[in-house]
Amino acid sequence: MSSTNNSTAAQKPRTRFQRIWDSDVFFSFRRSPVTIVAALVTFILILAALLAPWIAPYDPFNPASLNLMDGFTPPNSESMMGNYFVLGSDHQGRDVLSTILYGSRISLFVGFLATLFAMAMGISLGLLAGYRGGTTDAIIMRIADIQLSFPAILIALLIFGIARGIIPPSKQEGMAVWVLIVAIGLANWAQFARTVRGATMVERQKDYVSAAKLIGVHPLRILVRHVLPNVMAPVLVIATIGLALAIIEEATLSFLGVGVPPTQPSLGTLIRIGQQFLFSGEWWILFFPAITLVLLALAVNLLGDWLRDALNPRLR
Amino acid sequence: MTEPIISVRNLVVEFPLRRGLFTAVDGVSFDIMPGEILGVVGESGAGKSMTGAAIIGLIEPPGRIARGEIYLKGCRIDNLPPEEMSSLRGKRIGMVFQDPLTSLNPLYTIGQQLIETIRRHLPLNEAQARQRAIELLAEAGIPNPETRIDSYPHQFSGGMRQRVVIALALAAEPELIIADEPTSALDVSVQAQIIKVLKKLCESRGAAVMLVTHDMGVIAETASRMIVMNKGKIVETGSVGDIIKRPKEDYTIRLIKAIPSIKDETRRHEVPVSPKPLVEVKNLTRDFDLSPGFFDRLIKGSKRNVVHAVRDVSFDIRKGSTYGLVGESGSGKSTCARMLVGLIKPTSGNVLLQGEDIARGLSQERRQMVQMIFQDPYASLNPRWRVGDIIAEPMRALKLVSSRSEAEDRVADLLQRVRLDPISMRKYPHEFSGGQRQRIAIARALSSQPEFIVCDEPTSALDVSVQAQVLDLMRDLQDEYGLTYLLISHNLAVVRQMADDVGVMHSGVLVEQGPVDTIFDNPQADYTRMLLNAVPDISKVE
Repeated sequence: MSSTNNSTAAQKPRTRFQRIWDSDVFFSFRRSPVTIVAALVTFILILAALLAPWIAPYDPFNPASLNLMDGFTPPNSESMMGNYFVLGSDHQGRDVLSTILYGSRISLFVGFLATLFAMAMGISLGLLAGYRGGTTDAIIMRIADIQLSFPAILIALLIFGIARGIIPPSKQEGMAVWVLIVAIGLANWAQFARTVRGATMVERQKDYVSAAKLIGVHPLRILVRHVLPNVMAPVLVIATIGLALAIIEEATLSFLGVGVPPTQPSLGTLIRIGQQFLFSGEWWILFFPAITLVLLALAVNLLGDWLRDALNPRLR
Repeated sequence: MTEPIISVRNLVVEFPLRRGLFTAVDGVSFDIMPGEILGVVGESGAGKSMTGAAIIGLIEPPGRIARGEIYLKGCRIDNLPPEEMSSLRGKRIGMVFQDPLTSLNPLYTIGQQLIETIRRHLPLNEAQARQRAIELLAEAGIPNPETRIDSYPHQFSGGMRQRVVIALALAAEPELIIADEPTSALDVSVQAQIIKVLKKLCESRGAAVMLVTHDMGVIAETASRMIVMNKGKIVETGSVGDIIKRPKEDYTIRLIKAIPSIKDETRRHEVPVSPKPLVEVKNLTRDFDLSPGFFDRLIKGSKRNVVHAVRDVSFDIRKGSTYGLVGESGSGKSTCARMLVGLIKPTSGNVLLQGEDIARGLSQERRQMVQMIFQDPYASLNPRWRVGDIIAEPMRALKLVSSRSEAEDRVADLLQRVRLDPISMRKYPHEFSGGQRQRIAIARALSSQPEFIVCDEPTSALDVSVQAQVLDLMRDLQDEYGLTYLLISHNLAVVRQMADDVGVMHSGVLVEQGPVDTIFDNPQADYTRMLLNAVPDISKVE
């Protein structure tokens, strides 16, 4: 029975989708309810953030539409002006649901780009270190070691501080998001570099690399076309977990007041604003952004955990 | 009539997997008498190791014994609870595994490990157990056992370590020993000694042995009776002499036919006469500097440590011939191969390809002339690339094709030449078996239309029947394209079958070279003679 299946499968190559759906990775996905829920939550949050301008009930950043009289409306109630707020409103009368939608947009944007930046930097330096070895390896990896001995958030703060000093004050507002991305990215590249370096050192010993060297393929091409695809599996895992970390780091920085400006609040900024009112009874201003952040970070983290287990043949 | 030590009846081992039930062992029955060595042969996946694992109750979940019975001296043992089974293990059934590196605990001296095993199973005190451990080591052929007993495993060589493992397996005087590929990780000369030790010990103690191996030669030299397994089933049972000389079943006939022998003198092709050799190797030397770092030498005064992997090796390879390079592990043959294709640079000496020095960098034209086939077909193909791209890479890198469709046509043609379906080009390497992968590797090597191919142990990762197919293919391609091969192998029989000339390497030195028949029938160097004597070969069976 299984042999007939195999022979038909061998005769016509399956489509990419079939192969992916049938792969062991997706099999383990279909088998894990926690992962399915996590994926669903992540998907919904990302979709909601992307569609914020269209699905948000109010535009929280248009001063013209804000009314201080709407302030401090509790969840699921109408303000004195007759506006309805599902999750309540903050001190300036902004709808909490809308600020969360717009806020997660910025959080996700910063998180994704910072992770991509860290990935690009970590992968290229890791490939270089692993393939060249010797002095190149020693220099790159010592820098990574030094950096890993500091908490990532401190590094990000330091870089942020330096950027503040360099960029003229007039441009700071507009550049804040980009500075944040670079700061978080630079704080996280070392993880990627370490992993890629280790995997590269294993791969470069393999005979398919020798076969390519033998016919005179350029080292750069060997790295990009041969080695890189084979070291990507662990990178994907760290990238997913790194995304959760980056989102939290962004929130931490914004909470400390050094992140994005209050005119474009991220989840972290919203939490900072909300905590001022926690003890005066307006709990919803803090609670809902915080729970969104927790959900997002948790869901992405669970996805990363699952990916790590699914891609690690030893745990299968 | 004596009672068999172990008796297996209709054993079925199943693995419930995602894509259905996999039956690893399917209805296997056999007995082993006291003092008898039963050889179990079969190719990979035949279920031979699984049978051994079932007897000692070490089948990894989700695998399970689905049906059948196992009796140890008349007592049924396959349904014992795990605690009772584990007390049986070591005491009544001893085990010897393939890898002597991992079967000893590196943190304890071999004495500690032996004494612990002895005391767990036998009522002896510390001093008596130590005395017994020394006796066991002496029996297993470890010189100076009184002093060596306090050494750690890493202080022994591979062969010595396997002797210790055998001593450990015998420590509690078990009635049955299961030896799973006990010599496969060892060099031939060491292998011969280990076989002798195993045989002697079993005779003197009357222990029954189940010897699981893929190497028919080892069985021929050791066992009295053998079973041949294929796809979980027993194909044929009988005395070793009968099966090797007069196999009955088709599968066994094919298997025996596929095994090359060092006495084999079949096919010798005519090497075309040419005035100048294609490849000249002149005084090739390669040192590896394993010295500690500069600061260690400066501060701690550590010594420089240079390993001479290859020392002053010279030989010529005639155009259209196969030059076989044989030697045990660490003899420098692979280092030689890598220098010949220019993957590593020689410390001194040179390799001339049609008079041009390879180490100086080759012209495009010359570069396409040299190719290599590697040992491990799982590592030599990039798992993320489609087979078509893998085969086309040399053509693309060397710009031998102008368009994508031309490359595709060439790849299809090459796949046909290595007897694979052209549709294979759209698949990934993991969809192929080891033998098929090695064909793909050969197709890649052919794709730049080379004249000279270096083959580094091209068949040592393959089963014998697959090995025979790959060797046949290599021969056919040689005739078809007039290829010149350098064949590196530790398997003397393969070299005898394939090579026209042969060189024997030992510790980086070429001890002897000449035409293949002269070397094999009339070896001059002591080392070559020792090597040829040590090879377990099916031609040696009475």
